[in-house]
Amino acid sequence: MHITTDFQEKDIVYGGDKHLDAAMRELKGLFPLANGIGVLSECPVGLIGDDIEAVSRNVSKDLEIPVVPVRCEGFRGVSQSLGHHIANDTIRDYVLGKGGKLDESTPYDVNLVGDYNIGGDGWSSRKILEEMGLRVIAQWTGDASVNEMKIASKAKLNLIHCYRSMNYICRHMEEEYGIPWHEFNFFGPTKIYESIRKIAELFDEKIQENAEKVIEKYKPMMDAVIEEYRPRLEGKTVLLFVGGLRPRHTVGAYEDLGMEVVGTGYEFGHNDDYKRTYPVMPEGAIVMDDATSYELEEFTYRLRPDMIGSGIKEKYNYHKMGVPFRQMHSWDYSGPYHGFDGFPVFARDMDMTVNSPTWDLIRRKR
Amino acid sequence: MRQIAIYGKGGIGKSTTTQNTVVGLAEAGYNCMIVGCDPKADATRLILHAKAQTTVMDLARERGAVEELELEEVLLTGYKGIKCSESGGPEPGVGCAGRGVITAINFLEENGAYTDDLDFVFYDVLGDVVCGGFAMPIREGKAKEIYIVTSGEMMAMYAANNISRGILKYAQSGGVRLGGLICNSRKTDKEYELISELARRLNTQMIHFVPRDNQVQRAEVRRMTVIEYSPDHPQADEYRTLARKIAENKNHTIPTPLSMDELEQLMVDFGILDSEEAAVV
Repeated sequence: MHITTDFQEKDIVYGGDKHLDAAMRELKGLFPLANGIGVLSECPVGLIGDDIEAVSRNVSKDLEIPVVPVRCEGFRGVSQSLGHHIANDTIRDYVLGKGGKLDESTPYDVNLVGDYNIGGDGWSSRKILEEMGLRVIAQWTGDASVNEMKIASKAKLNLIHCYRSMNYICRHMEEEYGIPWHEFNFFGPTKIYESIRKIAELFDEKIQENAEKVIEKYKPMMDAVIEEYRPRLEGKTVLLFVGGLRPRHTVGAYEDLGMEVVGTGYEFGHNDDYKRTYPVMPEGAIVMDDATSYELEEFTYRLRPDMIGSGIKEKYNYHKMGVPFRQMHSWDYSGPYHGFDGFPVFARDMDMTVNSPTWDLIRRKR
Repeated sequence: MRQIAIYGKGGIGKSTTTQNTVVGLAEAGYNCMIVGCDPKADATRLILHAKAQTTVMDLARERGAVEELELEEVLLTGYKGIKCSESGGPEPGVGCAGRGVITAINFLEENGAYTDDLDFVFYDVLGDVVCGGFAMPIREGKAKEIYIVTSGEMMAMYAANNISRGILKYAQSGGVRLGGLICNSRKTDKEYELISELARRLNTQMIHFVPRDNQVQRAEVRRMTVIEYSPDHPQADEYRTLARKIAENKNHTIPTPLSMDELEQLMVDFGILDSEEAAVV
């Protein structure tokens, strides 16, 4: 549930803290079952320096639920990335390990970290892990609950999908609670099989057996998807410019469909993201960092990809250029793309993008 | 209409000097308005004989939006027909007072507070030019003439120099000019000479040296200006003189701010700081 405090000019001048206080109390009245509140400050609040921490502390005490102040104003840091770091830190300070209810522990308790449940991604990822015989005690942060985030410190392993946004909390849990973490990739069957087997290696034979059973069960379905779409997509090239994990994690899924990612780039990647990217890219592919509109246009003219995967900022440029475009920041309106449930949707969406007759009606520039 | 902004270090006597001077101008027959640009809202109390008038922002907060206000509610008429308005703003440590000044001045403009019959509009601005909000009075189309209240104290001079930098910035774009320094005496050593020299170095003038006199305080506790409280007192004449000098002033310049080293050297030259001490600093 997302609520805005409707910040007005008088709040800028006199400070919005009283307004925030009142809004949170009203909120608890309207939604008495709410187990916690997150306060996310936007630019004006940061500029005038409202003390959201003090307000949160008071409200938290009175309402007896965690109130988490997140100072994530847009102007902070060079990119969106600092916001992730700040969010991780505040969850660490205000929620993680602070009580929560978990009746019993099992050796198979894991956290699903860095899955934002875009278009149901979290559910399809969780399904695989559960079929393997693991118990997902918390999923972060798509479709998460406050209780899950509190008890996450009791897991045996952190399984992290989006490394960029949530490696911080994994590193913290490793240091503080001795919980190891493992990166995986649930885009496209090749990477899914590989990830399932690697995850299983971290557990006992029972899980390893289950893993093979899961692969066996879904492989025919995945092969059918490939059989259907690969002929239509074989040899098509893709240029990606997205954020988080997608610039590298989706490469395998495209390759499963016979497509080639000729260029990829991050909007807010760090060195460790690029280190993870180079090995998965085909020979001669281009990797961009924080590309400008001009650079993206120029790369498109030179690489002549059959399709672009990027965000809404880029969408209209590419529509005007007559280049097939897919929104790859969010697939909330189709999805999921993760897991066995996601791959057929992914394949269908890419086919729709590349092979839509619409593009033949627009003359492609250059 | 001449629009004048008064700046200077906090506590230097901007509000007192402004109100006494404006009364001097009003006495000489000019139509004047004072716009207080300080959340403390103490720029008009000697004219209105009130503790503090209702401010634009306070009323806007009460009503929910600035659009809900009527001009008459926040533009009052005081001693000798002087019009008074206060921007108001938050208590210390919260919100954004600068934004309050911007909102309040826009409100006054849009609602016709600046009538053609006005000869002078004075903006009494909080301390330093700390942010864009407090530069509002000197931005395009508003005050083109600035006076800085200072004294022979180091920090007051430092503030005067700093404010000159702000003026320099807007001098290029908005045509703002420095009219002079008003020395509100603190009876420090060689104060007259020091401020005259500082003024010269800033490419301006010391427009008047206001001597220290307790009559100002005696008038102030009665919520009055000196001219109203004791029209025959010599201090009243000082403010009348300052008012006349401002009315007749043609010396409007672009300031030439000093570096911190130059400012300290000035103190050394006047024997207030010896060179060894300066080296320690």
